Amino acid sequence: MRRRRRERGTASPVEALLWLGPALVLIIGVVLYPAITLVATSFSSYSITGLRKGDAGITNYTTFLTSPDLPKVVGNTAIWVAAVVVITIILSLGLAQFLSKEFFGRRFVRWAVIVPWAAALVISSQLFRLILDYYHGILNQALLTLHVISKPIDWLGDPHFTLPSMIAVGIFVTIPFTAYLFVAGLNGIPGDVYEAARIDGGSPWQIYRAITLPLLRPTLLIAVVLNMIYVFNSFPVIWILNGSNPGFGNDTLITYMYKLAFRSAQHDVGLSAAAGVFNVLLILIAVAVYLRFVNWREGSKNA
Amino acid sequence: MSTLTEPTLAARNTALLKGRRRTGWKAARRWVMPLGGLGVILFFIWPYLVMLFDALRPSGEVLATPPTFFPKTWTMDAFAHVVTDPAFHNWLRSSLVVAVAATIIVIVVAIPAAYFTARFSFRGRMLFLGLVVVTQMFAPTSLVVGLYREFYDLGLINTYAALILTDAAFNIAFALWILQGFFSAIPKDIEEAAALDGCSRVGTLFRVMLPLTLPGIVTAITFTFIAAWNEYVVALTLIQDDALKPLTVGISSYVTAYEQNWSQLFAASLIAIVPVVILFALIEKHLVGGLTAGAVK
Repeated sequence: MRRRRRERGTASPVEALLWLGPALVLIIGVVLYPAITLVATSFSSYSITGLRKGDAGITNYTTFLTSPDLPKVVGNTAIWVAAVVVITIILSLGLAQFLSKEFFGRRFVRWAVIVPWAAALVISSQLFRLILDYYHGILNQALLTLHVISKPIDWLGDPHFTLPSMIAVGIFVTIPFTAYLFVAGLNGIPGDVYEAARIDGGSPWQIYRAITLPLLRPTLLIAVVLNMIYVFNSFPVIWILNGSNPGFGNDTLITYMYKLAFRSAQHDVGLSAAAGVFNVLLILIAVAVYLRFVNWREGSKNA
Repeated sequence: MSTLTEPTLAARNTALLKGRRRTGWKAARRWVMPLGGLGVILFFIWPYLVMLFDALRPSGEVLATPPTFFPKTWTMDAFAHVVTDPAFHNWLRSSLVVAVAATIIVIVVAIPAAYFTARFSFRGRMLFLGLVVVTQMFAPTSLVVGLYREFYDLGLINTYAALILTDAAFNIAFALWILQGFFSAIPKDIEEAAALDGCSRVGTLFRVMLPLTLPGIVTAITFTFIAAWNEYVVALTLIQDDALKPLTVGISSYVTAYEQNWSQLFAASLIAIVPVVILFALIEKHLVGGLTAGAVK
């Protein structure tokens, strides 16, 4: 169906430069240049006020990698990304299946699903900060009234509950985009394939396993990769919900990096830049490993 | 061979059973699906109902223990305060200026790039598309220290320009993918006909292609606008001047360690959210098509 778009005209690189030039300037100037600046910064030492003092060699990296907080932060990041991405994908698959059925009121359901996506993450995070509040939060009140819990839970202060609470909020705000990706993917599967499977007597679950999932594979890959990147880089949820806890006990690599540069007592820009480089490399490797693992080329050829 | 034999009694029975179950489901479906839908609606909007009800009560009541779902006293005070608050006007202006400017830049820059990469092969095409993917990998969050250094050196800390440029650069990718999908879907013959009629490439793009890709352009505009409108980290880092802060950063000052005006924070939040939700709902149909187009790349 999409094969015919392979026929493209040819153009000279000079003409291409005219058409792509503006986009290139912006990408090089505001994405690549800061990336290079980040690397350069990571090899320099800075005063607390942000003035460059000179070369630092690899000391920023050794300081960062030997920091006693790092193992905890890396662990948090792994749990945060894995839990949010996996649970989001599973729930979104179900939700997308539901949203792609015809029924009365579907339009309103789709609009409601958009709301957490359209709302700024920082606003939703502030909202959940209050909802999950120990004293004033409606969640504790509701659970107490329903006798689910016998005494209030400090969702955002108790070390056992802070990360799980943040993960729950992370999933809540990530589902809408993911579900819409899957709705789009499901729409792309031609209806006659299902018709044929039904005539062959396949049960709904068999049809789902044998037809829907394989045909949804490209979308699934995109959804996992994009969500890995977005969730890893997600800042507001953790920044706001973990805002009143001291130390780095609930931080992910992103908020840890941010605190090193802008909030900690040291204000160490060089150290934070080293953390930034580490983060970028880590997410690149994670995505590459994932694509390797699911055998990207095989999958896209079959699809 | 087995396909030629008569279906066994058991098989026929299960088939009958299935058929009966299906008709039963068909009758129930009319009620079950909308009810399930209602459940989904409540699941996704209940926090925002909490927000609405908290914005409609006096600030002191938000922090009452035990908290109540519905306000005891209904009041529009928080909204009245926010819409007359000069600080709020500044934040609103910042958000509008930054989001509108970034969106215009993205559209102007992404349309030619999307059209050209969708229609022509040339040396460096894959390199360019790869570069676009990279912008998605380098989220502004992980580059924030680099961005800070760059804009510090350029003297652009505390300016709209820094936010506009960042929002534009990091949102090219999605706009480009969406538009590329729409451009690719237009049959080549249409363009060739236009060329035969003496239309230049630029003329073809403007007179033939753009009208046909209008839904794609609307989707790309909406996506970019919302991303810029909701941006937080870069603004938090690059803007220290209170008057220049956008809404996402500014409204946090309604709730600080010293002053907790939750109802004002939520009134301001609702004013920031509602237009975006409406915008998104309006393009809901194109949203699905736009995402598929993007997902194919």
